[in-house]
Amino acid sequence: MTEIFWLIPFIPAISTFVLVVFGRNLPKKYVSYQACLAVFASFIISVISFIGLLKTPHEHYPIVKNLFSWISSGNFDVSLSLQFDPLTAVMAMVVSGVGFIIHVYSVGYMAKDNGYTRYFTYLNLFTFAMLILVMASNLVLMFVGWEGVGLCSYLLIGFWYEKHSAANAGKKAFIVNRIGDAAFLLGIFFIFIHIGSGEFTAINEAISGGAITQGLATLIAILLFIGAIGKSAQIPLYVWLPDAMEGPTPVSALIHAATMVTAGVYMVARMNLLYAFSGTAALLVGVVGAVTAIFAATMALTQNDIKRVLAYSTISQIGYMFIACGVGAYAAGMFHLFTHAFFKSLLFLAAGSVMHALSGELNMQKMGGLRKYLPITYPTFLIGAIAIAGVPFFSGFFSKDAILTQAFAQRQYFIWALGITCAVLTAFYMFRIIFLTFYGKERLDPEVKKHIHESPRVMTIPLMILAFFSIVAGYIGLPVVIGEKLNWFRTFLKPVIPEAHEAHISMGMEWLLILISVAVAFIGIYIAYIFYIRSPQIPHNLVTRFPFVYKLLFNKYYVDEFYNAAFVNSTVKGSEIIYDHFDLKVIDGAVNGTATTTGFLGKILSYFQSGLIKDYAIVFLIGAILFLAYLLF
Amino acid sequence: MIPISYFLVLSILLFILGVAAFFIKRDLITMFMAVEVMLSAANLAFIALAKAANSIDGQIIVFFIITVAAAEATVGLAIILLVFRHKKSIKSEDIKLMKG
Repeated sequence: MTEIFWLIPFIPAISTFVLVVFGRNLPKKYVSYQACLAVFASFIISVISFIGLLKTPHEHYPIVKNLFSWISSGNFDVSLSLQFDPLTAVMAMVVSGVGFIIHVYSVGYMAKDNGYTRYFTYLNLFTFAMLILVMASNLVLMFVGWEGVGLCSYLLIGFWYEKHSAANAGKKAFIVNRIGDAAFLLGIFFIFIHIGSGEFTAINEAISGGAITQGLATLIAILLFIGAIGKSAQIPLYVWLPDAMEGPTPVSALIHAATMVTAGVYMVARMNLLYAFSGTAALLVGVVGAVTAIFAATMALTQNDIKRVLAYSTISQIGYMFIACGVGAYAAGMFHLFTHAFFKSLLFLAAGSVMHALSGELNMQKMGGLRKYLPITYPTFLIGAIAIAGVPFFSGFFSKDAILTQAFAQRQYFIWALGITCAVLTAFYMFRIIFLTFYGKERLDPEVKKHIHESPRVMTIPLMILAFFSIVAGYIGLPVVIGEKLNWFRTFLKPVIPEAHEAHISMGMEWLLILISVAVAFIGIYIAYIFYIRSPQIPHNLVTRFPFVYKLLFNKYYVDEFYNAAFVNSTVKGSEIIYDHFDLKVIDGAVNGTATTTGFLGKILSYFQSGLIKDYAIVFLIGAILFLAYLLF
Repeated sequence: MIPISYFLVLSILLFILGVAAFFIKRDLITMFMAVEVMLSAANLAFIALAKAANSIDGQIIVFFIITVAAAEATVGLAIILLVFRHKKSIKSEDIKLMKG
C-alpha cells in the first residue's frame, strides 16, 4: 500500500503544469476544482501510505523510492529519490491535509480576484515543492524543495504586485532567506566532502559510526541551522515574516504559519542524530528558539494589525519548536508543529474571514463587538486562541506542555523560564485580539459597517474543520503522567527519533509543571480581560507611564531600522559606488570600446566595397594574375 | 596533325579577348557574353590538353563546364531581365546598391 507514496508530490505538480499551460482559457470553476482535488488526491495517497506504513515492520523504515539517478559524476552521486517514514508521513499529511482545507477556503476568499488562476497555480506549485521538501531522501533534493517553497513564498507574498509594499515584502523575504540558504548550502557541501553522500540514511550511519568528528558535526549542524533560521524566521533573520503578511491571508495561513516556516523544524528533526551528537549546536538551537519565542511575543503585544500579531505569534511558536529540538525532545517539537499547523492556520483563516467581513480592514482599533455579526468566525477564532494560549484539553496545551516539561527535565531551567514567560504573553496577546476584535464597543467605520457580513460557506466550513482538529489533534500525544502508552505520536515517531534523547522526571514534578502551564495560560487571559474589557484605561495609562517601553515594542525594537542602516543602506551605497566607478567606466568602457573599434575598422573596409561589378572583377583579375605568377615563377 | 601549341595560343587569345571585353564593355549582356567567351577558351584548352595527354578527364570536365555554363546563362539572363525591368537600364555602373 505504501508503494504509491511517490505519487504524492507529483499530482499537484501535474496540476500546476496544466494550469500554467492552459490556465488562461480555463473557467474559474474548473480551476478551483482541479487545484483543490489535486491536493486532496495527495492527501488521500498520504493517508493510504500512512496506513501502509503502520503495517510495515520498523526494520524496513524508511521506505525509499529511487526514481532515477539525477547527478552522477565521479564519486558524486545524487539520485532523485523519495522516502516515506513516520516523520515524512506526519509532514505529508499536514501539508496536503491543511493545504487542501486552505485551498478550499481560498476558493471563497479569492473569488473576486483577477489573478484567480495565477493564485491557484502558485498554490499548487507550493504544495508540490513542500511535499518534495518533506519527502526527499537526500539533502540535495530537499534543498530543491527548500528553494521551491522559497520561490512560491516570494511569488505569493508579492501576489498583489501592483502594491508597492507587497512587491517589496516579497523581495525582502527572498533576500533574507538567501542569507540562510547560503549557509545551508555550505552545510550540504561539508556533508558531501566528509560523508560523501547526501542520503539521510548514509548521513545517520556515518554519524552513529563515528565517521565525523564532533567539531565537524557542530560546524555542519550550525550551518544547516542557519538555513533553518532563515526559513523558519528566527532571530536574527525573522524580519521577513511580519512583512510577508502583505500576501493574501490564505497564503499566510498555509505558507507562513502551517507549513513552509516549519520546514526548519522538520529539517532539524530529520537530522536529529547530528544535533544530538553535537551538544553545542543543540544548545544553540534551544537558545535561539527560546530567545526568539520571547522576543517575538513581546513584539506581538502592541501591534494593531491583526495579521501582524499572528505573524509574531508564529515566530514565537516556531521558537517553541526549536526549544524542543534544542533540548532533544524532537518528538515534542514535531508534535507542536503538528498542532500548531491546525490552530495557527485556523487563526489566520478566521482573521481572513474578519477582513473579508470588514472590506479588508486589518486594524484592530477599528474593530470591536464583531461577535454578533460573525456567528461562525467568532467561535472558531476563539477555539484557535484557546488552543494556542494553552488552555487544558485543547491541542496547543498538550504540545506546549510536552515541550516545557522536556525543557525542565533536561535541566535547561533558563530556557524553561523563558518558555513559561512566553506562554503568559501568548495567552495575553491572543486574548487581546479576541477582546479588541469581537468584544467591547464597535469602533467600525460607518462605511465598513454597512457591508458587514459573515463569510460564505466555502470559507466557514474549512474554519469549522480546522477548529475541530485544533481541539482533538492534541489527544494523540497525551502527557506521560496520564499514561505512558498514550503518547501515540511519540511512539509512532520512535523509529526516526530515538527516545534516548528524552529525559524523564518524577510524576509529582510533572503534575506540578502541568499545573504551572495551566496557571500561566489563565493568568495571561485574565490580564488581557482586565486590560481590554474591565478597565480599558489601563493600557492607556501604561503607555503614558512607560512611553519608552511602549515605543520600543510598538516599533518592534527598531530592528528593521537597524538592519536598514547597517546592512541594506551600506549594500545599496556600496553598489552605487561600484556602479558609478566600475560598471559605468570599466565594464561599459570595455563594451563600448569594442563596439567603437569594430565600427571604425568596418568603416575603413567598407570603402573597398563600391558595389560596382567591375571593381570587384579587377581585384579578382589581379588576384588571378598574382596567383599565376606565383605558380610560374 | 595540328600541334597543340596552336590550340593553346588560340585559347589564350580568346581568353584575353574575353577579359578585355568584360572590362571595356558597359552593358551587362555583353559582359555576360565575355564571360561565356572566357569559359569557351578554357574549354578549348581542356580539350586540347586532354587530346595531347591521351586522357578522358579533360573531356569530362568540359562537359561539366558546359552544363554549368548553361545553367548560369539562364540564371544570369533572368537576373539581367529583372534588373532591366526594375531599373530600365542594363549599364553595369548603374547597379551599385550593394556597397558599404
